[in-house]
Amino acid sequence: MSPVRSEPAEIVTEMSGVNPRKCMRCGKCSATCPSFSKIDIPPHRFVMMVENGEIEALLSSQLLWKCLSCFACVERCPRGVEPSKLVEAVRLLQIRGQGKNYRTPDDVPQFVEADEEIPQQLITSTLRKYSK
Amino acid sequence: MLKIGVFVCWCGSNIAGTVDVKAVVEAVKAEPGVVFSTDYQYMCSEGGQSAIRQAIKEYELGGVVICACSPRMHETTFRKAAEAAGLNPYMVEIANIREHCSWIHKDKEEATEKAVVLCRAAIAKLNLNKPLFPGESGVVKRALVIGGGIAGIQTALDIADAGYEVDIVEKSPTIGGRMAQLDKTFPTLDCAACILTPKMVEAAAHEKIRLFTYSEVEEVSGYVGSFRVKIRQKARSVNRELCNGCGECIVKCPSKTASNAFDEGLSKRSAIYIPFAQAVPNLPVIDREACLRFQTGKCGLCEIACSAKAIDYEQEDETITEEYGAIVLATGYRPMSLDRYDEFQYSQSPDVLTSLEFERILNASGPTGGSLLRLSNGEKPKSIVFIQCVGSRSDDGCGKSYCSKICCMYTAKQAMLVKDKYPDIDVTVFYIDVRTPGKNFDEFYRRAAEAYGVRYVKGMVGKVAEWKGRLQVQAVDLLEDKQLLIDADMVVLAAAIEPDPGARKIGAMLAVNMDQNDFFTEAHPKLRPVESPTAGVFLSGMCQGPKDIPETVAQAGAAAVKVLGLLSKDKLVGNPCVAISDETLCNGCSSCEALCPYDAITFEEKQVMVQGRRETRRVAMVNETMCQGCGACTVACPSGAMDLKGFTNRQIMAEVDAICR
Repeated sequence: MSPVRSEPAEIVTEMSGVNPRKCMRCGKCSATCPSFSKIDIPPHRFVMMVENGEIEALLSSQLLWKCLSCFACVERCPRGVEPSKLVEAVRLLQIRGQGKNYRTPDDVPQFVEADEEIPQQLITSTLRKYSK
Repeated sequence: MLKIGVFVCWCGSNIAGTVDVKAVVEAVKAEPGVVFSTDYQYMCSEGGQSAIRQAIKEYELGGVVICACSPRMHETTFRKAAEAAGLNPYMVEIANIREHCSWIHKDKEEATEKAVVLCRAAIAKLNLNKPLFPGESGVVKRALVIGGGIAGIQTALDIADAGYEVDIVEKSPTIGGRMAQLDKTFPTLDCAACILTPKMVEAAAHEKIRLFTYSEVEEVSGYVGSFRVKIRQKARSVNRELCNGCGECIVKCPSKTASNAFDEGLSKRSAIYIPFAQAVPNLPVIDREACLRFQTGKCGLCEIACSAKAIDYEQEDETITEEYGAIVLATGYRPMSLDRYDEFQYSQSPDVLTSLEFERILNASGPTGGSLLRLSNGEKPKSIVFIQCVGSRSDDGCGKSYCSKICCMYTAKQAMLVKDKYPDIDVTVFYIDVRTPGKNFDEFYRRAAEAYGVRYVKGMVGKVAEWKGRLQVQAVDLLEDKQLLIDADMVVLAAAIEPDPGARKIGAMLAVNMDQNDFFTEAHPKLRPVESPTAGVFLSGMCQGPKDIPETVAQAGAAAVKVLGLLSKDKLVGNPCVAISDETLCNGCSSCEALCPYDAITFEEKQVMVQGRRETRRVAMVNETMCQGCGACTVACPSGAMDLKGFTNRQIMAEVDAICR
């Protein structure tokens, strides 16, 4: 069997195990998101963009690095869509796109603005992801 | 040898387009017993039926095979045609060469071959058919309605007005149900009590209706036309003959700390109480859990206060057994518990309410006497936020998968009522979709937005937090892509509705199926929407699925008509295709009894002749009225004693043999 290269959107849904079609556009994820004021793409729109296959735009999104991975959206989504898992998958896609599956803590700051008020959760969750 | 006639239908081009019907007619001529075969364009037409009748007479046929559509479509038609020509209707067999053949094949040769095989199988079965004669059973001309809300009341009134006796069994101390708790009703805004209480009074005064309030159905046996139902009337501790409903006992009762269910727990009531002013019957009941006399042995003030000497602390539950021909389930609904929706502060803040609680606050007989006040501090709110779809349309394991259907409209109504009385209060409704299919419904919702200035925001609320004595609502406006922070004084949650939990027990007693959400299942979702799959049991109101008051009343009437259709019969004709047990083969294992979904099989000790000797054995007996002919027992029986008339094991084997020939 010859290897078939999947579409980026398929890779994202496969990696995350999330079916973005379950979203009913209620917006509870965006209503819940504590980083809402800091992000360019609100979580509900992020889910819609994955569904529409607009992964290219998401790869350069600020949201990837501003998401706190607090999982409030996962917790409260009435449809079980789990938006932050999609964010994580796109984040991984971005990293892999640079030819790397592995990151050291030294690499982290280039993705986040040098800011002393970076939430601790973000650093922890970023390291967790990078240490795979 | 049975003389058999075969009739092959074209069904226009439905069959003839794919099956060579002439070839089928020729191919089956040599089958055992076949003395006549023909084809016709539409067998179900009058011409087709008369061809069957003529052939039966002319060729003295003992059985006919019709190769046509599914027996679900026209089996009755053809049986009647055969019966008109003097044939036993159960000597008609259908070979389904449309749904099972022409519709699913493209290749004419293959389809024709299959049609021949199906017809051959039907002929083989028919050769073993025996004339069957349906049994008859009587009908008790009375109906039971379980549940005394608007659905149950309406069904009972419609049955009683047609002249049949009806009993209503209601578990709470009064009839009226949820509708009695409501303030106004959409879309006309008439007061719920004003339109409901006349019906309650009418039901109570109707000479054909008996009310069993504060009562529960405990046991049901029997079958369609003849149910035996045991009803437990719980002790009210008040003598209904003596009590004159003056209410002096309630005034004197010193224990006033019990939660008032009529106000959804927002107020307290005394231990002896009448649920609400217009309750029917106007008869108090002592809540023994809350009564000082029952809990401590001290008190007895109500007995002293009662000039009619109606208080009876010794009263005990009474059980009566009644017979009914039909049973209607009208067990209703309740708002689901919001324990798992902590983000809305429901269990923390007294100012976060369900819609039904808010309804009580709007109501003049409610905990605030109809004044719109915050329960935390008794002040008038400046801003109210309504949140829709709380627990509805969920797929997260906490809520309900379905749309509760009534919330969009009652939220618009409540928002409108607030704005009408207090135009200065800011009212915001967060919605996912506004669903208003119904006569004058969308106009009603638009009126709330346009004429009353209710602010509708498409989006959901993420969380509610108490902040400086108010409620901070964090939400999203999806059309503006903005996160909103609103300071509110009250938050109203449109909690999903769910079937009353008591329905499960009653459903089990009556062997009525429930769906995954505990709503009763109808016999057919489109064509038999008010009948349960169990003969003689009908469905009325919310217990079958979410519906508003107009729909409930319409369905209640439909259920009544079905009941009347049953009660107006003197005899019920049964289905003769029922199970039969061969007592010489039955080993008494009870496999069939445990499996039977209709409780139609019992066992008894019986004298049986086995190889010329008389023996006492435990053998299965089938109640032919209760048996629905599903055949589950014939499959389960390890000794081959169970058989199904009209579908015997031998007949099925003969069909298989004919197919494999």
